[in-house]
Amino acid sequence: MENLLITILLTSIPILLAGLGELVTEKSGVLNLGVEGMMLCGAVAALGSVLIFGNPYIGILFGAIAGILISTVFSFFTITLMTNQVATGLGLTIFATALTGLIGEPFVGKTAASLPKLEIIFLSDIPYLGKILFSNDILVYFAIFLIFFIHFGFQNTKIGIIIRAVGDNHDSAHSIGYSVKLVRWISTSFGGMCAGMGGAYIPLALTPHWSEGMTAGKGWIALALVVFASWMPIRLLIGALIFGGITILQFVAQARGWDVPSQFLNMLPYLATILALALISFKLRHNNYAPACLGKHFLGNK
Amino acid sequence: MTNNFDATTFIEVKNLSKTFDQFLANDSISIDIKKGEIHALLGENGAGKSTLVKCLYGVVKPTDGQILINGKHVTINSPREARSYGIGMVFQHFSLFPALTVSENILISLDEKITKKHLEDKISITAKQWGLPIEPTKKVLDLSVGEQQRVEIIRCLLQNPKLLIMDEPTSVLSPQEINQLFKVLRKLANSGCSILYISHKLNEIKQIASKVTILRSGKVISSTSTSKISTTSMAEKMIGKKVKKITKISKNSFLNSPPAISINNLNRKKLSQFGTELKKISFNVKYGEILGIAGVAGNGQVELMNALSGETLGDPDEIIFEDKKIGNTNIKFRRSLGLEFVPEERNGHATVPEITLTENTFLTFYNTYSKNNNFLDDILLSSNMSSNDTISIINDNDVRCPYSNPLADQLSGGNLQKFIVGRSLKANPKVLIISQPTWGVDIGAASEIRSKLLLLAKAGKAIILISQDLDEIYEISNNICVINNGSLSKPKITSKISAKDIGILMGIN
Repeated sequence: MENLLITILLTSIPILLAGLGELVTEKSGVLNLGVEGMMLCGAVAALGSVLIFGNPYIGILFGAIAGILISTVFSFFTITLMTNQVATGLGLTIFATALTGLIGEPFVGKTAASLPKLEIIFLSDIPYLGKILFSNDILVYFAIFLIFFIHFGFQNTKIGIIIRAVGDNHDSAHSIGYSVKLVRWISTSFGGMCAGMGGAYIPLALTPHWSEGMTAGKGWIALALVVFASWMPIRLLIGALIFGGITILQFVAQARGWDVPSQFLNMLPYLATILALALISFKLRHNNYAPACLGKHFLGNK
Repeated sequence: MTNNFDATTFIEVKNLSKTFDQFLANDSISIDIKKGEIHALLGENGAGKSTLVKCLYGVVKPTDGQILINGKHVTINSPREARSYGIGMVFQHFSLFPALTVSENILISLDEKITKKHLEDKISITAKQWGLPIEPTKKVLDLSVGEQQRVEIIRCLLQNPKLLIMDEPTSVLSPQEINQLFKVLRKLANSGCSILYISHKLNEIKQIASKVTILRSGKVISSTSTSKISTTSMAEKMIGKKVKKITKISKNSFLNSPPAISINNLNRKKLSQFGTELKKISFNVKYGEILGIAGVAGNGQVELMNALSGETLGDPDEIIFEDKKIGNTNIKFRRSLGLEFVPEERNGHATVPEITLTENTFLTFYNTYSKNNNFLDDILLSSNMSSNDTISIINDNDVRCPYSNPLADQLSGGNLQKFIVGRSLKANPKVLIISQPTWGVDIGAASEIRSKLLLLAKAGKAIILISQDLDEIYEISNNICVINNGSLSKPKITSKISAKDIGILMGIN
């Protein structure tokens, strides 16, 4: 049981990290559909750097940098050149899938070092809870910290409120003297960094081998989760755990020998995503939490 | 040159010009504002008022000219710099963030470092001090328009402004709210803060300002004390010609005429979070009557218009036209009976902005263009008929086009509105339902539109006029009712209802 809960937590970390990043990006009014692609970049950069340097922490760093770099391409196109955000985001994922396949080619068949578990003294000795919560690797702690950091930041810091303001009404933000484009660049880069780290987590903690498209749709689930969580960081954690649980269900089923086709179980996380989105869109029609400027171009002073 | 500096002047603008591409928006404007003075800036749309204040607030950079504050030359490169000189601005279209709370809205426009909790206390204190009640932890989207304006004013007050710029502040307020606002402005002026008050409402300027500067086509036409100029001559200076007087039809000539349309217990659920639910709306209009529906924006006007036009449907007997129950019929059917609708939104609702006037006319009348039911006529665009109609609409209504058959969004607001109203008249309506016909339209065009409406009523047609502009409602309607939070008051004869009564019906004390 303990192990099951730990596995669920670990499985949900990539979607949680990527989802948190996308949440910040979307709060500033940018819809980046390239999460899947950014995660792949993070994954391949992390794996490659670990194979070269041998240190998994370097892997996190490279994963984050790769995420930022690829998100910069997106920012340049959508914020500066004002291309369509949806098309650019989709393009980014298609591009990144192929690019990482190419870069990852030499890594096939090699095993990277995993992130070490850090046990927090005293806390990790608490029965049950200690094992689940306080003897994990650094990115788990970081992801949990990030939830509260973003929640607090949006409520109580000026930069957080400015990001929300830019996503809510960019013309007003401009008229009181903020650079809408700069805020969006920064938020998108933050989203890229988180997605890169979420992607990095897959080879660094879950499956230490490279395989093409190894994120397997986690980026899309993260995107759906942001909507599911109605742009609230704490709800995002709940959502990520539910999706983590559903993903793990297929392994449990296999281990217990349930008589369910494996294809059906493989399908579950994506089916749950569609269901969650459908359910939420009913609610959203009357109770719209989405940033008002989400996906809209800021043209500047006409 | 600062040697002739007058210590009572706060800001002085000298020969300020601003060009956009080829267009000269401000042509060598000079204006000076004394400390503690309420200075009105009057002009039609496009006269250059907004450009001038945007230069003062650092949103736009002037092409030429100087700005002096307390006798010193300054360049204002950003709103932040403007605020550092003590200039605050309340925008016409509020620059607020609906999803943020009042205190968050204010926090991000303050340049000093302050915690949210501390700021909330400060807001409450300032609100009390100036008589502008507000709840700092409420989200802006839950506030009324008047409250939103208070937020904007408090935001400026917290920065201890020396000059407060107000852009058309009363266009969204009820009469009572206007009085409250004026009290605050006078108090502010007495405390030494200058106010630059932008408006095109002449009576208000007379009432609140001590000095008025009139702009036309980017130039200063006149700058005098308000006690020395009448509203008529202000209007003439503003539009550059004599204003046509509108003659109202003899009051009760329609009393014996048959009812045209009656609305019975009309209900509509709200369509979005920001919408208004319509509750048991009932009224009727006779042929020859103009019924004015007053109300502060956002109280159900849009929903009512949609219900009347058939964009939202309900039970058949909610709307009865002559003796037909049409509450569940679509727009096309209602128009075929002789109802015409002019919605509030000119660009995108009443017209398609990106296509030409001829094409817009075609979209309106294509039904009548293919009466012989010839298959080819039905599918082929008969451009002759629509362009003939367009030309006659343009000529009959004095629509001024920048070139022949322009795109709809190439017309100025006033000219586009004249075109839209003209197009509805072309359909020979029995009942015209028109919403905010002169919103954002200059005085000249507005008076032409109003006289067209009066002529239509004189010809025995019924008109339902939904408007936020009380002056307009008083000017042309026979009966007035007020829409407030989705409910409609009983119609009263225009001469028997005062602006104060209307304010009370608007639900604001």
